Amino acid sequence: MLAYYLRLALISIRQSPGLSLLMVLAIGLGIGAAMTTVTVNYLMSANPIPHKSEQLFYVQLDSWDPHQAANENGDPPDQLTYRDATALLAAKKAYRQVIQAQIGTVVEPEGKDSLPFQVSGRANSADFFAIFDVPFLYGGAWSETADSEQQHVVVLSQSLNERLFGGKDSVGQKVKMAGDYYQVVGVMANWQPRPRFYDVTTGAFNEVEELFVPFSLLAEPKLSRNGNTNCWKPSGEGYPAFLNSECVWTQMWVELRNDSEKQQYLDFLNAYVEEQKKLGRFARPLNNRLSDVMQWMENQQVVAEDASLMMVMSLMFLLVCLLNTIGLLLAKFLSKAPQIGLRQALGASRQHLFAQYLTEAGCIGLAGGLLGLLLAWLGLQGVTLLYGDSMKGLAELDWVMVLLAMGLALLSSLLAGLYPTWRACTVQPSQQLKSQ
Amino acid sequence: MFELGPIFRALLRQKVGAVLIALQIALTLSIMVNAIFMMQNRSTLMARPSGLDEANLFYLSNTVFAQNYPHQAALEDDLRLIRSIPGVVDATQINAIPLSGGGWSMSLQKKAGEGEDGTGVAVYMVDEHGINTLGVELIQGENFQNTDIRWRAASAVDWPERTIISQAMAEALFPGNWQSALGQTVYINNNEPMQITGIIKTLQAPWNGWDGVERSMLVPYQLEGRNNRYMIRTEPGRRDELMPIVEKALAESDKNRIIRGVTSLEETRADSYRSHNALNRILLLVIVVLTLITAFGIVGLAMFSINRRKRQIGTRRALGATQLQVMRYFMLENLLITSLGVLIGVAAAIGLNIWLVSQFELKPLEPMLLLTGVVVLYLVGQLAVLYPARKAAAIAPATATRSV
Repeated sequence: MLAYYLRLALISIRQSPGLSLLMVLAIGLGIGAAMTTVTVNYLMSANPIPHKSEQLFYVQLDSWDPHQAANENGDPPDQLTYRDATALLAAKKAYRQVIQAQIGTVVEPEGKDSLPFQVSGRANSADFFAIFDVPFLYGGAWSETADSEQQHVVVLSQSLNERLFGGKDSVGQKVKMAGDYYQVVGVMANWQPRPRFYDVTTGAFNEVEELFVPFSLLAEPKLSRNGNTNCWKPSGEGYPAFLNSECVWTQMWVELRNDSEKQQYLDFLNAYVEEQKKLGRFARPLNNRLSDVMQWMENQQVVAEDASLMMVMSLMFLLVCLLNTIGLLLAKFLSKAPQIGLRQALGASRQHLFAQYLTEAGCIGLAGGLLGLLLAWLGLQGVTLLYGDSMKGLAELDWVMVLLAMGLALLSSLLAGLYPTWRACTVQPSQQLKSQ
Repeated sequence: MFELGPIFRALLRQKVGAVLIALQIALTLSIMVNAIFMMQNRSTLMARPSGLDEANLFYLSNTVFAQNYPHQAALEDDLRLIRSIPGVVDATQINAIPLSGGGWSMSLQKKAGEGEDGTGVAVYMVDEHGINTLGVELIQGENFQNTDIRWRAASAVDWPERTIISQAMAEALFPGNWQSALGQTVYINNNEPMQITGIIKTLQAPWNGWDGVERSMLVPYQLEGRNNRYMIRTEPGRRDELMPIVEKALAESDKNRIIRGVTSLEETRADSYRSHNALNRILLLVIVVLTLITAFGIVGLAMFSINRRKRQIGTRRALGATQLQVMRYFMLENLLITSLGVLIGVAAAIGLNIWLVSQFELKPLEPMLLLTGVVVLYLVGQLAVLYPARKAAAIAPATATRSV
């Protein structure tokens, strides 16, 4: 029966090519616009580490100015001071914990012809790789001893290993940075979580850094940090004074496997702050936070406001396109009243007619969906072009989106077809069969 | 008058089609007006002057990797070298680039002491060539002297005795009387005094989204560190030619550092406002396509209603109606439908705006814009119906006599 309906639909579509094209175009444009913006939003709000996003917690302590909150909404500062971060790390009260900061440094390759070049890096404690499930190509993470002894070890990204060692297993080799030699202990396999959730303070969709060194090396001022530093109080002269100051520039994540561990850790943080209050620090009211990955992404507004604004606009756009389609379908089906009357008189039931006209609407919807996919693909190219690097990796169609587009097109065209089809089926055959 | 009565009664007989068009017009109006409003807001933001001679400025970074490097001497050599290149107007070392998004902010207060009210300000560390290099206009007081310039070690915390602030910063510190800021002492880091020795007209902070973007200060500091930035101003029209020349001259003069990120200020502006620009273009596209879709919808429905009424139109023509009267019928019909759409649309536009304001950082709509949108939609409706109406007018009176 479906084949018969499809054949009828095809004939009907061919009878009024202009109108059919207009409907396909309207649905296509609506779906195209909606899918473009939905894709961007979907990728921006993706869960970067779904299997343990509820066990990873970002740590915030309110160490800020007693006279003024760090954020207008009263949230604690979004990073920790060096002294608090190192103290919390040393306490080892969580299942796993990592403290980290972004660095920038110059790598000086061996060989007379190779020029030194700038790389982005991260200084982090050993658990970083285990907490965030970083995949390794060669070697692995450094040990906690490497952290505590300030060993000069380094983990390279796959691309930097490619550049420095031609992609070979470089574990045990040396890399010269800022005048010191660092021993390679591991090479990461390709790893690019989107959003780059472990550090959103320097850009949620930036590339993963090219090399990783122990956080403890930051105790000396040799490696230059390039993340954000915020101070509410002058730090005092010299690097040791800076490390000991109230300036926040360190981030901390902890892995807590269940609610009771989380509660215990929060209690520990509160006790730590109470302890510090006795030393004259933390003059603000107790305001410590543990946010899991998705909570933290929301808090940091990782989904750009523009992206959600565009999505609202494009969904309204789709609605206009659907109204358009309803109107055109209605006009089309009603113009077929004589034909419908004739078929009813010849014994076609309402159900049959209903199925037939809905099939026609569905066909138009599917064609519109296909066009919409093409337009969404073009739209995403356009978005990448307009926004440049900041949209890299955020404007790609995947299978979920393709299926969603087709589903949305079919669903919306069927919805749009419902009323016109119903009207067509309520045609009185007797009236239509009278001569006009 | 104008057969409004018959048109209206005929419309009532096919309500749904008319209501669908009206709804479409209503939605189009509310989207269009709100989109244009967002575009206007962003364009205003982008049109704010930075205060710099943007067309002739570029900058680069200098990253030193050698150990035991003579930073002070090298910096002086570099600046001397850049300034001696023909076509270069002036050059200075600077700690942050306006509009770039990365910089340094401090707070100035009128009274010394912790807990006193402070005003946030963007800090630019420059030497006595700073004002000339940036191309900012000094409207009061005087520039720094060579003897004011101090070296700032990487972890220094004290500040020089003098500063030059922007007019907006002066106004923020001394509301209603910015001129009085000259010669005043303000406090940085709660307790450290600085004297305001000059006021410049405009100099934007590095963060274009900050509400204090016009508040900035110049500080006579030379940074001594591994990462420096040089800002270079060229003679008009020679920037692109000089960018590679300066880069090469610096790179070859000293192999213990990397010169990179040679960027013009115009590129920085484009980057800084990239998302604003992108959204504006997307919104423009949305408006255009939306209007087209609505227009085609009107054409399509009008064509069908005319096809259905062929005999009726023919009868009217046979009874003596002129072609113009037939056209007028359909134009007026569209006017009625559009009026209904516009009525709903104005309410919807305001509603949408209220919702958008509550969800996003937007301002309430201006009535003028709404009025313009209404006029535009009437025009679109009339233009769209013009072709079907002419088709209708062309129907021969004889049609009435033929059987279908």
